[in-house]
Amino acid sequence: MKALYFSWVRERIGKSEEDITPPDSVKTVGDLVNWLRGRGEGYATAFDNEKTIRAALDHVHAKPDAMIGNAHEVAFFPPMTGG
Amino acid sequence: MSGQTIVKIQKEIFDPVQECLPLTQDRKDLGALVTFTGLCRDEGGVLQSLEIEHYPGMAEEEIGRIITEARRRWPIEDVVVIHRFGMITPGEPIVLVAATGLHRAEAFEATNFLMDFLKTEAPFWKKQHLHVDGAGGWVSAKQEDEAAAQKWLQTQSPS
Repeated sequence: MKALYFSWVRERIGKSEEDITPPDSVKTVGDLVNWLRGRGEGYATAFDNEKTIRAALDHVHAKPDAMIGNAHEVAFFPPMTGG
Repeated sequence: MSGQTIVKIQKEIFDPVQECLPLTQDRKDLGALVTFTGLCRDEGGVLQSLEIEHYPGMAEEEIGRIITEARRRWPIEDVVVIHRFGMITPGEPIVLVAATGLHRAEAFEATNFLMDFLKTEAPFWKKQHLHVDGAGGWVSAKQEDEAAAQKWLQTQSPS
């Protein structure tokens, strides 16, 4: 699946998007955060505080317990500050 | 009458007055046009520019969902939402929300609702660039913005 990163999540990881292939044991958005955290220092820093991370599955906001299912695109970002 | 919805996510500056003119043209049935324009503030002179990042695709979809909910709650006519991205300098508009209705109550409340949810649900992020070299950073989400959006969830739809 495609993973997108925005704002300081993007800066800490050092890329705006990548293709990821998480193992079958990764079922939820929260599982995915835990798996990504193990991919390196930048990821660990980006996902350090789960309370400040938001996610979306195929353009729809998703909570940590949301099932990833057949989603094509996952995005991680801080709380929104537009408007 | 089902009104039209216009959503624009753009880099270019816009003129709020020009954008709202079509809403009332050739209409004699409307009783209200409420508009809100969010401006880039200079933060007491320290801000050089504001950089806005967005999530293309989701931004349009999420704003569409927020407008659908506003239409479910209030009998508004036309809705316009414009949100800019890229570099914005103090004094420039960032966001425009406008709604028309037969009466002012629905137009006021829907505009307020749209703005509260744009701030907390639409995928946009602000980064400040200050006049002091290298200073600035990502703007943190404000608790009061979250509280403003949450209060709508405790009120039921009037219909």
